[in-house]
Amino acid sequence: MNTSDSEEDSYNERSALVQSESPTIPSYSQDHDMSLPQETDAKRRRPVSSGLDEPVPVERERAATPDGEEEELTLKYGAKHVIMLFIPVTLCMVVVVATIKSVSFYTEKSGQRLIYTPFEEDPNSVGQRLLNSLLNTIVMISVIVFMTIILVVLYKYRCYKFIHGWLILSSLMLLFWFSFMYLEEVFKTYNIAMDYPTLVMIIWNFGVVGMICIHWKGPLRLQQAYLIVISALMALIFIKYLPEWSAWVILGAISIYDLIAVLCPKGPLRMLVETAQERNEPIFPALIYSSAMVWMVGMADTSNPDRADERQRGEGGARAQEGVESEDDVAQGGRRRYSAEEDLEEDRGVKLGLGDFIFYSVLVGKAAATGGDWNTTLACFVAILIGLCLTLLLLAIFKKALPALPISITFGLVFYFSTDNLVRPFMDSLAAHQYYI
Amino acid sequence: MTVAVFFGCTFIAFGPAISLFLFTIARDPLRVIFLIAGAFFWLVSLLLSSLVWFITVQVSNKNSATQQRGLLIFGVVLSVLLQETFRYGYYRLLKKANEGLLALSQEDTMPISMRQLAYVSGLGFGFMSGAFSVVNILSDSLGPGTVGIHGDPQHYFISSAFMTLAIILLHMFWGVVFFEACERQRWWALGAVVISHLIVSCLTFVNPHYQGSLIPTYIILSIMAAWAYLCAGGSLRNLKLCLTCKDKDFLLANHRPR
Repeated sequence: MNTSDSEEDSYNERSALVQSESPTIPSYSQDHDMSLPQETDAKRRRPVSSGLDEPVPVERERAATPDGEEEELTLKYGAKHVIMLFIPVTLCMVVVVATIKSVSFYTEKSGQRLIYTPFEEDPNSVGQRLLNSLLNTIVMISVIVFMTIILVVLYKYRCYKFIHGWLILSSLMLLFWFSFMYLEEVFKTYNIAMDYPTLVMIIWNFGVVGMICIHWKGPLRLQQAYLIVISALMALIFIKYLPEWSAWVILGAISIYDLIAVLCPKGPLRMLVETAQERNEPIFPALIYSSAMVWMVGMADTSNPDRADERQRGEGGARAQEGVESEDDVAQGGRRRYSAEEDLEEDRGVKLGLGDFIFYSVLVGKAAATGGDWNTTLACFVAILIGLCLTLLLLAIFKKALPALPISITFGLVFYFSTDNLVRPFMDSLAAHQYYI
Repeated sequence: MTVAVFFGCTFIAFGPAISLFLFTIARDPLRVIFLIAGAFFWLVSLLLSSLVWFITVQVSNKNSATQQRGLLIFGVVLSVLLQETFRYGYYRLLKKANEGLLALSQEDTMPISMRQLAYVSGLGFGFMSGAFSVVNILSDSLGPGTVGIHGDPQHYFISSAFMTLAIILLHMFWGVVFFEACERQRWWALGAVVISHLIVSCLTFVNPHYQGSLIPTYIILSIMAAWAYLCAGGSLRNLKLCLTCKDKDFLLANHRPR
C-alpha cells in the first residue's frame, strides 16, 4: 500500500510543530489582568494560558497577585492541564491496544510496505536486518525533513490556499478511506454480515460529520473524539505497515529529530515558529488537540478583536500541514468562539500535537502487538504518561517551546525493552509458582 | 464460564482499588499525577530487581530446579527490599518537592498534604503491583483452557485474585504507615512495614496451600488496616461518629446547599 506523501509530513509536522510553538505573552498577561478580579471565583473559571498552540500548561506568573496563592493555583492548574492531556492520550492508546488485541489484521505482516521504508527486513540475518532498518529510518527521516522544509517554504511564501487544500484532501482520505478499512476489518473479525448501502451510509455520515467538526465548527467533545479516532487510525496504519525493527529505530530517530528541529536555531520548526511570530499569526494549530475552548471578548475589549480575528484568519489559512492531521488545524480555527458578555475569560486549556498522540500510540501498540504480554504494554503506558508529565513540567519551568516526543519515547523504549527481556521472565516464573512480590 | 471467571476475578482483584480511585482520587488532578508517579517508582524498582535476578539466572545452572527456585526466592526477597527502598526514595522526593513548593509560595499550606500523598503513593504502588501480578493471569482466564489439568491447583484464578486484592490494599496501608513513620522518625514502624511485606511475600512460598498463605495475609491486612487508620488520625470515637452519621466535621464539609 502506498500511502500518500501527505500523511508522512503531517505526523512529523504535527509532533514537531506543536511543541515548538511558544507562548504568546501578551495574551497571557491579558488573561492575567482579567483574572485579578476573579480570583475569588471558583478555580474552574480561572483563566490559564498555555500559550497559543502549546502543548504546555500553565506558566508561572510573575504578576501583581500574591505569589503564594498564585503558585498554588498555578500548580493546581498545571496539574489540571496535565490530566487534560493524560485522558485523551490514554483513550487513544486504549483504542489502539484494544484494536491490536482483537483485530488480527493490524498485526499480520502482509509483505506490503510503505514507500518510505523500501528496504525489506530479512528475518534470517541479524546484521542485514539491522542495516536495512537503519536505512529505512534514514529514508523516512529524510522524507520528513524534506517535507518540513517544503512546509516552511510554502508558509514563508504564503501559499495558504495550497496548504489548505492539501490538508482537506488528507483529512478526506483519513476520515473516509482509513475508517472504511478499519470498519471492514472489524466486521471480518467479528463475522458481522453487513450490506454495502448501510456501510456507505455509516461511513458517509462519519466522514462528513468529521470533516465539519474538524475543519469548521462542532461540539468540543465531538471534535476531540474525532481527533483521537484519527490519531488511533494513523497509529494503526503505522503499526501495520512499518517493519518490525524499523519501527523501533524510527521511533527513536523521530524523537531525536523532534529535539533537533525544535531546539536548534536553524531547525525548520523553529524557523516556522519565528516566521509565524513575526507575522503575529498562530502557527499551525494544525493537527493539534485542544482540551478547551477559547472564549474571547470579541467586541468589548479593544485589543482583542483584531488579534482574535487575525488569529482566526491565520488559523484558517496557515494550515501548512499536509496530510491527515490537517483536521486539527482547521478544527482549531473553528473552535474559537466569541463570547461578548463576560470579561476576558480564557480557559485555553492545553494543546498537544496529534503527531505525539500517534507516536505514543505506535509505541504502546507495538508493545501490545509483539508477544501477548500485558505487562509490557502497561509498563510502556506508564512510562509514556510519566514522560508527558515531565515534559509538561519542564515546559512550565522553561516557558519555551519544547518537543513532547523525546522524553516520553525514551522512557517508553527503555521500559519496553527492559520489561520485555528482563521483567517478563521474572514475572512469568513468579506467576508459575504463584509467588507474590 | 471463562468470561464469568474473568470478570469475577477482575472485580475481586481490582474492585476496591478502582472504587477508591474513582471516589477519592479521580477528581483531584494532583493526586492522579502522584498516583501515576508512584506506579512508575514501583515499576523502576521491579526493573532493577528483575535485572539482578536475570543476571544471577544467566550465570547459574539452568537445569537444576532447586537452584532456580532458590534464585527465585532470592529474587522475591530482593524485590521486596527494593520496593521499600523506592518507597522511601519516593517519600524523600515528595518531601523535597513539597518543601520547594512551600518555599516558593510562601504559604503555610501545601496543595496536597503528606498524608494524602502517603495514601495516593501507596495506592499507586498497589495498582502497579497488582496489575503486574494478575493481568496476564486474567487474560489467560478468558480461555480456552482447563485449570489444573496436570494436577495443579484448581483454584488458581480465584486465589490469585484474592491475593492480588490483599496486596493492593496492603500496599496502600504500608504507604500510609511508612510515610507517617518517616515523618515522625519512628524507625521501628518503618522496620515493621518492611518486615510485614517480607512476611506476606514469603508466605506465598507455601502456595498452592492457600490456607497457609491467604489466611495469614488477610490477618496481616486487617492489622495493617487498623494501624493505617490510626496513623491517618482515626480513632474509635471517629469511627463511631462516622458510622452513626454524627460526625459534625464531615457533615459540615459535605453539606450541599439546597
